[in-house]
Amino acid sequence: MFRSHLLWLIVGWIGWAITPWYGFASSRSRPLLGDWPPSGLLAGLDDAPWLLPLGLLLALPIPFVLTRSRHVGAALIAAGVGGLVWMMAQGSAIGLRGWSWPFLADLFGPLAKGQAGMGFGAAATAFAFLFFLTLGLAARGAMKGDRFTTGAIGFLIASIALFVFWPVSTVFSQAMLPDDGLSGPMALVHRLTARDIWSLGCVFGNTRCGVLWNSVVLGTACGIITTVLGLAFALVATRTKFPFQRLLRLLSVLPIITPPFVIGLAVILLFGRNGTVTLFLSEYFGLTATRWIYGLPGILLTQSLAFTPIAFLVLIGVVQGIAPSMEEAAQTLRAGRWQTFRRVTWPLMRPGLANAFLVGFIESLADFGNPLVMGGGYEVLSTKIFYAVVGAQNDPGRAAALGIVLLALCVGAFLVQHRWVGTASYTTVGGKGFAGTPAELPVWLKRAVYATALPWAAFTFLLYGLILYGGFVENWGRNNAFTLRHYITDFGLEWGKHGLVWTGRAWNSLFTTLEVSAVAAPLTAAMGLLTAYLLVRQRFAGRAAFEFMTMLSFAIPGTVIGVAYILAFNQPPVELTGTAAILVVCFVFRNMPVAIRAGVASMSQLDRNLDECALTLGANSAQTIRRVILPLLRPAIVAALVYSFVRAITSVSAVIFLVSARHDMATSYIVGRVEIGDFGLAIAYSSVLVVLMGLAIVVIQWAVGERRIARPTAHTPTARPREVAA
Amino acid sequence: MSLATRRTALAAPALLALAMGSATAEAEELVVYCGVQEEWCQAMMNAFTKETGIQVAMTRKSAGETYAQVKAEASNPKGDVWWGGTGDAFLQAAEDGLLAEYKSPKLAELHPWAQRQAADAQYRAVGIYAGGLGFAVNTEVLAKKKVKEPACWADLVKPEFKGEIQIANPNSSGTAYATLATLVQIFGENPAFDFMKKMHGNVSQYTKSGAAPAVAAARGETAVGIVFMHDGVTQGVNGFPVKVIAPCEGTGYEVGSMGIIKGGPNPETAKKFYEFALTPKAQETADKAKSYQVQANVATPLSPHAPRLEKVKLIDYDFKKFGSAAERKRLLARWDDEIGSLR
Repeated sequence: MFRSHLLWLIVGWIGWAITPWYGFASSRSRPLLGDWPPSGLLAGLDDAPWLLPLGLLLALPIPFVLTRSRHVGAALIAAGVGGLVWMMAQGSAIGLRGWSWPFLADLFGPLAKGQAGMGFGAAATAFAFLFFLTLGLAARGAMKGDRFTTGAIGFLIASIALFVFWPVSTVFSQAMLPDDGLSGPMALVHRLTARDIWSLGCVFGNTRCGVLWNSVVLGTACGIITTVLGLAFALVATRTKFPFQRLLRLLSVLPIITPPFVIGLAVILLFGRNGTVTLFLSEYFGLTATRWIYGLPGILLTQSLAFTPIAFLVLIGVVQGIAPSMEEAAQTLRAGRWQTFRRVTWPLMRPGLANAFLVGFIESLADFGNPLVMGGGYEVLSTKIFYAVVGAQNDPGRAAALGIVLLALCVGAFLVQHRWVGTASYTTVGGKGFAGTPAELPVWLKRAVYATALPWAAFTFLLYGLILYGGFVENWGRNNAFTLRHYITDFGLEWGKHGLVWTGRAWNSLFTTLEVSAVAAPLTAAMGLLTAYLLVRQRFAGRAAFEFMTMLSFAIPGTVIGVAYILAFNQPPVELTGTAAILVVCFVFRNMPVAIRAGVASMSQLDRNLDECALTLGANSAQTIRRVILPLLRPAIVAALVYSFVRAITSVSAVIFLVSARHDMATSYIVGRVEIGDFGLAIAYSSVLVVLMGLAIVVIQWAVGERRIARPTAHTPTARPREVAA
Repeated sequence: MSLATRRTALAAPALLALAMGSATAEAEELVVYCGVQEEWCQAMMNAFTKETGIQVAMTRKSAGETYAQVKAEASNPKGDVWWGGTGDAFLQAAEDGLLAEYKSPKLAELHPWAQRQAADAQYRAVGIYAGGLGFAVNTEVLAKKKVKEPACWADLVKPEFKGEIQIANPNSSGTAYATLATLVQIFGENPAFDFMKKMHGNVSQYTKSGAAPAVAAARGETAVGIVFMHDGVTQGVNGFPVKVIAPCEGTGYEVGSMGIIKGGPNPETAKKFYEFALTPKAQETADKAKSYQVQANVATPLSPHAPRLEKVKLIDYDFKKFGSAAERKRLLARWDDEIGSLR
């Protein structure tokens, strides 16, 4: 008998027999304790008899577990599959107002009462059944009998199926809605082949190009620019003796901690037709002020500002992880600096570069705030989808079709990336020690890197100075008198009769935002890195499909995700709308792909021998992860935590549909201010968020710590042993 | 043993109680989706809470976003009242059966356009404010270019406005769709499309959001923005050199509306809010919150800043026809074909 078998039996029984079965925190939830909501067992005895069979299924494995029967695996699998299927079947067949499908009522007669959405009890029971299944599979020898690995795979597949695949397929099925007398499949074809998607009119005629081509051009350019800039920053930060490395790193991270729209606003106020720089140029150089910034140049500029840091975060782990021993070996063999870089360092960076490009490309396609502010007449898929949903057209079928096109693009990019990285080995971090002085860059490369990174850093610095300044003036660009008005409106505090009164308008959304992000970030990082571990280290059937599924929610624009979540989670069996939980879930599954990418990139560098050593020495895979892999993954952990925390704070498009009055988010407030041109309040709020996120990053860095791969150099005699050996 | 005692007997671990967290007391409450700008939303909800003591949970979203949300939530509505936002979205929601029918006794106190909106929506919505379409003009930019302000729709095709006009894209913005429908009603459909094709040469950008041209005009990024006049007024009051002009051929208008969401959780409280929202007391909150639409109740004093609709030549806007899904789809498809696809 394994402890884990017993544990999940107990969890299942508590979940079914004691914990309230229905409802998380629906707006109509009853007061606590006085009227404890019924558990699955009680509801089953009372008016929901369809919950009773679950008890039988929970009881099924008990004799096998207690007697340590040989057949425990089969029993667990049977109970697990039976339980999950039964839960899904009853949940979807019986809704709020009785049977969900009329034919069931004909078959069994009408029901007196429906049922609400599943709650904590149901969740615990479902977990128990899920892990019955994975434990059973492990007992039957799946994944070499490793219970942790099977459990992790089962858990991830189930949660991705529930929170990504199901909502996404709900919304995509709308692309098949019949339209204008066309049947479902024909309507789909009609929508997918629309002229405004595919037209090449800008090349061959006098019309606009299709929105697909616009998106491809933008995404590719953005992916390349952000990768190059991110690489330059990563090289400066790790491979040069640049004196202000810390400042540089801070600057490079600033843009991702900036709420949407704000960079766009700053760019307009600098380069717009009435912008400071434009006016200066036209005054002193006689250039005509134009609107060149609106359109592709503006979107590219703002997106590069916004996404370079992500490329940097992905790449820095990789560049740091390239063990100098290889480079040293090359140089010992008389390779020059350039040859070393070209033949050793560069190829080793390939997974990092490919992942950075992929993230940049997909981010750019899914981004919606920047094209909205800077786009001008340049239409991209994400904005088009947004307005197909909320615009004057109100055409969800069209939105779904455009979403499919966008998804196909991302899948294409993903496949290209896979091919380019190929199957070569990129491991550089092995069990052997090395001295920690990475090779110097070739001189001209160093110059090029400086020439790319430093002006960009200066530009970022300038923009942020301006943004900070914008929060303290009456009316940015118009009346530059100093004022604290915006901060007081947003974050006012007063002493009232009953103590402190939070009079500022922003407090409410600020607290929710911080709370939700703080919950979402560790979950995202944990799930993302776990997925990365499975993808890199374990071989199992359907791994490629699994990897693809994890990328799904990332590639789909937030607006579509938002609507998909309402469609899927507004009614039983899983009713989450109006809670903070739906925000957390949305952030976790939307941001997980970046955690996965960072994890995959870093983990490909770790030599399998390390795991094998640990395993040979008797550790199980959970211990191996905790003691060997995690400490070596620190940069990826930082990247995942920082990214998911920050993204939860700054994302807009999905959130617009998921916020509720009790759980409002900062960005929806900011967007409201920007829409009516009230930039002061938006900027003041954003500045506060930037500072808070900056602090959070410092805390995360400090808490996770630095990765130490190299043997300490000679001048630190009181060296601690390397972690790898621990 | 009664069910209640059985439940108490099984009173559960404290941890789960914590997890259940924010269960709320049974106080009367209301969920409102608000479609006007944030400040007015806040002022309105505060006024209602002061008047009745009922707590309001309010979310602010644009009309299109609210419509998409109400539609997606239809099987299990979470909101009670949808207050504010352009009338087209309400007519469509009424057509889809998303709003509940309710005839207020206060209907007779309202301006005729507000009553007509209610009738058009089969009393599933009612007009609460109106605003006319017009031009928001940046006087500094025009003075610098030495160009006379446009007074009529016809002026917008003049060569001196090349690259100086912004209007939203009717596919995304209700404001721009209202403009499209207005032009069709003033000039007739074919001449209206000819006009828009000519104007296309002068338009620097079709923005996504309806009020964006007003913001752009305020910042000097464009000389003329075609917007609802009250959006232009707000920019002027905020200290920008923006003048608001009503076109000489006449102009269309929107009727901002309100409706009760069908099957919402608090239908009785929703009616209380509905009644309150039609009183002058509620409608006075707009002016203080820098929203300058004309309010529906005849007795509501007009803000000194508000554009005088009686001085504007308003056309007899056919909301029923141009608000219907079929006509909208046809016009938008034609616009896409003839204007949206042009370079």
